[in-house]
Amino acid sequence: MTTQDARPAVISEPAFFEQTWDLSYRHALGTTVGGFLAGLRDKRLLGRRCPECQRVLFPARSFCDRDHVETTDWVEVGHHGVLEMFTIVYEPFPGMRVPPPYVLAYARLDGADTAVVGYVKGLDLSDVSAAAARLTTGTPVWVRFADDPRGEVTDFWFEVSDG
Amino acid sequence: MRAVGIIGTGQSAFTKSRSDVNYPELVREGAELALADAGVTMADVGAVVFPLAPDALIGVGNGERWCVEALGAQGKPFMRVNTGGATGLTAVVAGYVHVASGLFDVVLVAGADRVSESRSAQSVLNKMWDVAYERPFPLNTITMLALAAQRYNAKYGADERDLARVTVKNRRHAALNPHAHLRTPITEDEVLATRMISWPLKLADLCPSSTGAGAVVLASEEFARRSGRPVAWIRGAGQSSETFWMGDRVGPAALGDHADADALGEAMARSYRRAGLTKPREQLDVAELYAPFSSVELHAIEAAGLCPKGESFRRMADGEFALGAGGPVVNPSGGTLCTNPIAVTGLVRAAEVALQVTGRAGARQVPGASVGVATAIGGDHQFYASMVLANHLEEIA
Repeated sequence: MTTQDARPAVISEPAFFEQTWDLSYRHALGTTVGGFLAGLRDKRLLGRRCPECQRVLFPARSFCDRDHVETTDWVEVGHHGVLEMFTIVYEPFPGMRVPPPYVLAYARLDGADTAVVGYVKGLDLSDVSAAAARLTTGTPVWVRFADDPRGEVTDFWFEVSDG
Repeated sequence: MRAVGIIGTGQSAFTKSRSDVNYPELVREGAELALADAGVTMADVGAVVFPLAPDALIGVGNGERWCVEALGAQGKPFMRVNTGGATGLTAVVAGYVHVASGLFDVVLVAGADRVSESRSAQSVLNKMWDVAYERPFPLNTITMLALAAQRYNAKYGADERDLARVTVKNRRHAALNPHAHLRTPITEDEVLATRMISWPLKLADLCPSSTGAGAVVLASEEFARRSGRPVAWIRGAGQSSETFWMGDRVGPAALGDHADADALGEAMARSYRRAGLTKPREQLDVAELYAPFSSVELHAIEAAGLCPKGESFRRMADGEFALGAGGPVVNPSGGTLCTNPIAVTGLVRAAEVALQVTGRAGARQVPGASVGVATAIGGDHQFYASMVLANHLEEIA
């Protein structure tokens, strides 16, 4: 028997490596987004109008994706509108802080040509079928603001309006 | 542009996780399977295209660097492609253009994914939304598709049972596919009884997080004919893109509706025109349509021109689009709903159509299939790819 043959057999065994990514950023948002967020502190909802197609892009965008020109006027949009789409979330997602259940929706507000994302609050979500039956595409909603808005998109949310 | 064919495909048996290989070894597994199927070696390959979506899903920055050796790419042109969920098919389109241009005779497109190794997949995917306007909300691929599903159902009168039928059909197909991840048949009532994730979507409406590898070998007409292998000819490819903002896809001013898959329809129409395909419902035998959730398959079938908008769920209730039903079969592999290794999901769509039109799809074979289409969708419905494959280069009848 040679020395080599006397070595113990190598056992193939799965091995694992654990890691967590800890990344930090400070993103420039630009002056148009900055203007929109500043408006929220005064409970104003601001869009921007395209001088070519006249669409009011809300939340505010600095250029029109169709006409490829800069938007010009700030336009304040209404606090009433309609639900365009929604989902009722019952599953917690790791890394996302909001606890379920909650309603996540896009609503198109009066004077805006596009819809904005937000929560729909004020509904009993304990029975999914009953909750889902209260909402559909076209359901009228209105905007509610936090008492002390901080200039963030979560400063406002939607509630079903009675007309 | 020269004619180009797929002369080899490789897929591992997709599963939740693999502890016997690391990531490059997994990538190599798919590549070796495809090269063996094509009857070629790394030495025949002129260039390599590598599909990989967000780095954070595999937890390695620029994972393409890690895989150069596994793909025999030293000394060769190498390109990574990333269009989110469409990545795998966009990579095949890139490989197709490499060969069609005349620059390369043989191109390897190979990759892998191991989605379940991240415990943070939906948090990673949330990072694709606008930092100021949208990312503060729990938008992710589940909630975005739930929004589209609710809007589709409201627009056309579909309900949760209509979505469940899609899962039932695809699981039945996946049971016939040895590469599929979820292969256990399921009933409508069982789908409806799974836990609610994001209404109207329940657990069984959603794809699994899959681990595995996929690859295809593309060759010029001359090389393909000389190889003597069964060839799936690429008859047409098409791509399109959609606006970043979901909220711009609703209301009277919208160009496309988030309930539908209008930009996918554009990408598919482009691939049909290049293939000379004018009547998809009569001329297609098989469609591997990227649909990670049950709801997505409904509007994808309509975008493919297999029926008018708002009718797919009624026809599925009548048994259409299933193996054995007659007419074009949708996702005979079980589709993305049963197997979703993100980086190669779109590639697998093309590989499956290649197997179908060359009569090599085993128990999931659509009898006599000669023409098929593969599609993929990436991002928050941003990037779309479509590819028509056939077992001949004659006019498509």
